[in-house]
Amino acid sequence: MNRLFEGLPARAFLLLAILAAALLVAPWLVNDYLLSVLIIVLYFAYVGQAWNLMIGFAGQLSLGHALFVGIGAYTSAAIFVHFGIGPWATVFIAVLASVLAGSIIGYLGFRFSIRGVYFALLTIAFAEFTRIMVDHTEWLGSTQGLFLPVANRESIDLLNLRGSPMMFYYVILGMTVAALVLCRLLLNSKLGYYWQAIREDQDSAQAYGVNVFRYKMIAVAISSGLTGIAGVFYAFYYNNLFPETTFATSRSIEMILGTVVGGVGTLFGPIVGAFFLTPLGELLTALTDDIGLDGIKPFFWGICVAGIVLFRPSGLWPWIAGLLGLDKPAGGEGK
Amino acid sequence: MNRSFLSVKGVSKSFRGLKAVSDVSFEMPAGSIHALIGPNGAGKTTTFNVIAGVYAPDTGSIQLDGISLAGKRPDQICHAGVGRTFQIVRPFHALTVEENVAVGALRWTNDVKEAKAYAQGVLKLLGLAEKSYVRPDSITLPDRKRLEVARALATKPKLLLLDEVMAGLRPTETDQMVETFRRINGETGMTILLIEHVMRAVMALSQQVIVLHHGELISTGLPEDVVRDPKVLECYLGEGSL
Ligand SMILES: Nc1ncnc2c1ncn2[C@@H]1O[C@H](COP(=O)(O)OP(=O)(O)O)[C@@H](O)[C@H]1O
Ligand SMILES: [Mg+2]
Repeated sequence: MNRLFEGLPARAFLLLAILAAALLVAPWLVNDYLLSVLIIVLYFAYVGQAWNLMIGFAGQLSLGHALFVGIGAYTSAAIFVHFGIGPWATVFIAVLASVLAGSIIGYLGFRFSIRGVYFALLTIAFAEFTRIMVDHTEWLGSTQGLFLPVANRESIDLLNLRGSPMMFYYVILGMTVAALVLCRLLLNSKLGYYWQAIREDQDSAQAYGVNVFRYKMIAVAISSGLTGIAGVFYAFYYNNLFPETTFATSRSIEMILGTVVGGVGTLFGPIVGAFFLTPLGELLTALTDDIGLDGIKPFFWGICVAGIVLFRPSGLWPWIAGLLGLDKPAGGEGK
Repeated sequence: MNRSFLSVKGVSKSFRGLKAVSDVSFEMPAGSIHALIGPNGAGKTTTFNVIAGVYAPDTGSIQLDGISLAGKRPDQICHAGVGRTFQIVRPFHALTVEENVAVGALRWTNDVKEAKAYAQGVLKLLGLAEKSYVRPDSITLPDRKRLEVARALATKPKLLLLDEVMAGLRPTETDQMVETFRRINGETGMTILLIEHVMRAVMALSQQVIVLHHGELISTGLPEDVVRDPKVLECYLGEGSL
């Protein structure tokens, strides 16, 4: 507990408490539609956090994170469909499978010094490769898709993750909070400092004793594992999986845009970005539906994202934190 | 008398045909301070990089305390007890000065708090304590050189490799830094090899001077003898220094 809150200014406590309270009561106050939007927001905040750990903390760019969502989703869904075993038991297998995939990519990339964009291409290639494999795997529904039996949305079966949107809301809220806490603890640990050293200057880090390969592998493993858990949630929330969409690069991009807008490498960037981009997308959909002009939504959305990247290149969160006076570390005058 | 602590034997390293270091050999007893001098491009930094494991030597071998460093990665060599600075400073820009040094201390501890506490001690030693919480980009170049030293010291090295850390310091600051190294050397017995153009520091600190020119070792011996060596004077003539 101490390590979690160490160095936080008092007003950060207050804001966190208010935010937590608001998120806890939110589903009782909003309608079904808004609740579904909130679930998507939290989902993107969670996967953004997982992706951010790799690029934002350790400096390794993945543009294929949909792969890990897909692996987690297909693993747990297939076991549920074929054997009726619920997600709480299979989440471990899903995580293991995701970590395995991440480790293979990491091993190839880091062992053979594939850096930067080339590493990112490797992640895309693996996502594509996996998509094609799933396309041809009958057991996973191939191109036809894999469908989970939709349960009664009124009753709550937490054990099998079948139930009302409100249940899903609290599950994803818990996941998002847990990811935030985990990332904060990791960032302030030896691991976090080593990751940041690698991100800033890999050769320099190595000269000061950092086993670069090992710490990059740990980053990929944790990031892919966390993302695999998101996949389990995804499968049981949406109840259908298609390889074309699940593993698509556009999915990977969608997962990371919120974090890019919110602030890569920051703890709250993924959350702020998700709360900004997802509702903005929904709003634009609603508005442009009325006008009846197709394609106007992505157009406006693209302009918004481009504008933020241009004018707030380090993201919304560092800027907001500055406005709120939350960017001063307790230890000193900060920057 | 003294068993050699660092032993460099017949080391060569070429870059695309250019012999940066050519058949260089020297020995350092434990607890000694040696200086590596020579004109620009002589191969001094490359010698450091070979010792620190950045490059594998084309020929030759390097032993630290009787253990071969062949085939070891830079991080393994750091763990073996070699701390080095970069001539062109390479701090972690997004981390504070204190955190930069703490990363060095994490070489021997897993406890971030302990690493930061140790970093504070090292920063104090180098007169950087008041800069603890700023980013390296907002301190002066001489301070960034001190930061390089601090990071290397924080790893608790047995052999410290310093690459032109006194460049740009004022004479009084140079004397301070010389005093600091002398104290560290006296108190901990740390072996120090320094590349330095500032002859004031070389003469004051080193027991032995090794002179490189075009990658070759052309002279070695006591500082006062080396500066009178005609070969050394000749190679520096074009440079106008010394
Ligand atoms: N990574 C490298 N690639 C190619 N040439 C290099 C490299 N590093 C050093 N050199 C060359 O090797 C020679 C020695 O350089 P260096 O060791 O940096 O000299 P010094 O530190 O004595 O000034 C120079 O000619 C330099 O250009
Ligand atoms: Mg040099």
